[in-house]
Order: sequence, then structure tokens, then C-alpha cells
Amino acid sequence: MALTGVLRPGFAQLRVLDMEKALEHYTKRMGLYEVTTGHDGRVYLKCGDEFDHHSLVLRQCDQAGIDMFAFKVASDADLDAFEARIADYGFAVDHVAAGEQPGMGRRIGWTIASGHRIELYAHADLSDPKPMIHNPDVWDLEPHGMAARRMDHCLLYGQDIEKNLDFFTKVLDFKCAERVDMPDGLLAIWLTCSTKAHDIAFVKYPEPAKLHHVAFELKDWHAVGHAGDIITRYNISVDVGPTRHGITRGETIYFFDPSGNRDEVFAGGYTYYPDNPTRTWDETQVGKGIFYYERKLNDAFLSVVS
Amino acid sequence: MTYKITVEGAGEATCYEDERALVAMERAQGFGRLRGLARKLPVGCRRGGCGICRVLVLEGDYRSDPMSRSCVSAEDEARGLVLSCAIYPLSDLTVRLETPCLNKPGILPAAQTSGE
Ligand code: FES
Ligand SMILES: [Fe+2]
Repeated sequence: MALTGVLRPGFAQLRVLDMEKALEHYTKRMGLYEVTTGHDGRVYLKCGDEFDHHSLVLRQCDQAGIDMFAFKVASDADLDAFEARIADYGFAVDHVAAGEQPGMGRRIGWTIASGHRIELYAHADLSDPKPMIHNPDVWDLEPHGMAARRMDHCLLYGQDIEKNLDFFTKVLDFKCAERVDMPDGLLAIWLTCSTKAHDIAFVKYPEPAKLHHVAFELKDWHAVGHAGDIITRYNISVDVGPTRHGITRGETIYFFDPSGNRDEVFAGGYTYYPDNPTRTWDETQVGKGIFYYERKLNDAFLSVVS
Repeated sequence: MTYKITVEGAGEATCYEDERALVAMERAQGFGRLRGLARKLPVGCRRGGCGICRVLVLEGDYRSDPMSRSCVSAEDEARGLVLSCAIYPLSDLTVRLETPCLNKPGILPAAQTSGE
């Protein structure tokens, strides 16, 4: 099957308490590039290995957290088709005009059962730096900082993730690559629209609309180690790692941006195909699933969100 | 210059100039100086965003970084209910650990209507 419909995560819009500190963190330390600043003060950033205009939007606010997570779909017609399916499912869909974010085409948005706003769009302008297209070198600008290659996925916390699972699989054609079932029910799901082990994940949590982390992909384990050096050198608040996830198999570090939003940098992870069975975890092994080497959850995994 | 942070019922931490109170408390716990704590000191983002490190300052002066309003309201902050990772002592402090808030409304996504 070729990739159709929802192609991949497009951008995350995060709320930050201090824009200047946030920009230093995401550009100098994590290796993203500032693309432009909008007239309302939102700042648009991207990784050097991404073609599209931006993949991270920072909005100054007095509360940390995530405003929305957006996916790119293959064609403009997909936007109309998904809008009809989402509305049929019972969610109210609203429209965001092209240009509301610089370089972005029209978007549709709605709120899912866990309280998060999700958006879809079909068009983004290209922006620099981006992978070279004709006789391409491995990069146009040499990577710096942690050398994040792309914004890859997010993990969101909220109520009623059973309904999120139903919605993402039935309406957006995602697959569930892995899940954790506890004695009292579903705890977590890893959902994919591609051949990645996850494009978005959810953990059950009593408060709606929370962010656990936004993740950026690095080249390999060595790059994850280098990111660890940067985290210590610049006194970035670290949560866990370098370590590995059993779930998805990614090699990872969790740390926090200057507003207390958790970031992940990771490398690896298996290839998922849509005919693969859903991998399942239970209460006895979930520690290994989340942190493969520690084999137990840390105190922050289930309780620290923004 | 150092300041003493007394954690009510738990023990004392030494906090250096321009050091986050929470970081001093984490170190003190590591050195076994907060033995009175009933449980492990709650530590999260250390950057004022998650709310897990809330304390009530009973005594003393400090300066603050911005704290996420989904964890601490302006009124809370004015009466000394603060995020210990976002305050820097300017004198000796006495603090009481406060259970983090759950189920505060916070920001829910508002439907955007720019456009059609
Ligand atoms: S540890 Fe997150 S707000 Fe202090
Ligand atoms: Fe992740």
C-alpha cells in the first residue's frame, strides 16, 4: 500500500513562557532553524531535513503546553473527504484560512475526545534550509546543536483515549502499532499513519489536553549521545536518558524546554507495515516497554505534563 | 552566598545564589538532608511548566521566573503558593510542600474561526 490520506505529522504549536529562551533552546541547542515571525508574534521553525515551511510553531503565553498538532494529507480533496468523515463521526470541524500561519494552506481543525486540537492541511510552501533537490548533498547547511532532522511525533495525555483509538483508526485510517492494557483498562496507544512505529501516541490521564512530549528525530545512537552532552553542557533540565524504549524501540532522551514542555530526541525504531499485528504490553512489563534499560517507569512519566 | 531552605517537617537544604529552590532541595534529598519527607520530592520539568513542585512559602524573600498559569494563578503566586523550581531565594526560606493541582481547567483548545 502506498501512503495515502494522512501522510505524516506536519507541525506542533507549543505555548512558551519566554520566547527568547525558547528560541535559543530550539535553534541553538536542538538545531532547528527560525523560518519567520508572524505579525501576531508566533515564531515558525523547522528542521534542516524537512522540505515544508515549518514544523514547530512557538506562541508566547502565560501557560505552557500544546495548542494543536497538525498532520499533512496527500491532496486538497482529502481535506474535504476527511472533513465529511470527521463530521459524520460527530466532531465539529472548523476552518482555518490559508495564510493564517505563514506558508500554510487552508486547514481544518477539531477537538478529539482527550481534549486536544488536531488539524489537517494539504499544502505547505517550501522553505530553507531544506534537503537539496538536484544532485543533492547530504545536507545544505551543516547540522548544528543536537541536529534534529525532523519533528517526528508527539505523546499527548488526556481522558477517553479509547475514543481516540476508535476515532484515529476508523476516521483517519491510522493503525495501532502498540498498546498498554492495565488491569483497569487501556493505559496507552501508539498510532501510526505511515511506516514509522508511531506518528502520535496517547496516555490516559485525568486532565484533558495535556502535552507529554514533542519528539524530534536524530540520525543515530551517536547523535543521541551527543544530544546528552549538549543537555549537560547547557544545563538543560533532563527527565530520563539516554536510554531506549521497548515500545517502538527508539533510542531516546527526554528533557524539558525553558517553559517546562517536555521534548524528546530519539533515533531508530522499527518499520511498521499496516498488516502488522498490534504489539501489546501488560502491567508486568510496561516498565520495560517505556524505559527498556531501567525496566521501570520513572516518577515523572505518568505525572509530569504541561 | 548561600541561603537555608527549611522544608517544613522534612529538613533543610542549602541553596546557592541564583539557584532554583527545587534544585537545592533535590540535592539536599540526595545528601539525606530531607529525611522527614514522607515520599520522594516531586520533581518534574524544573522550568515552571508542569506544576509538580508547588510549595507554599511560609517565610522569606525570593525572586521568580514566569510560572505556567495552569499550575499557579496570579493570586496563588501573590500569597506565596509558587513553583519551587521557578523561585530563587533572596533570604533564608521556610516552605511547605503542596500537592500539585489536578483538574484545573487550564487552556482548552478553542475552535479557530479565522477564515470561512
Ligand atoms: S518541576 Fe515542573 S513546574 Fe517545577
Ligand atoms: Fe516519543
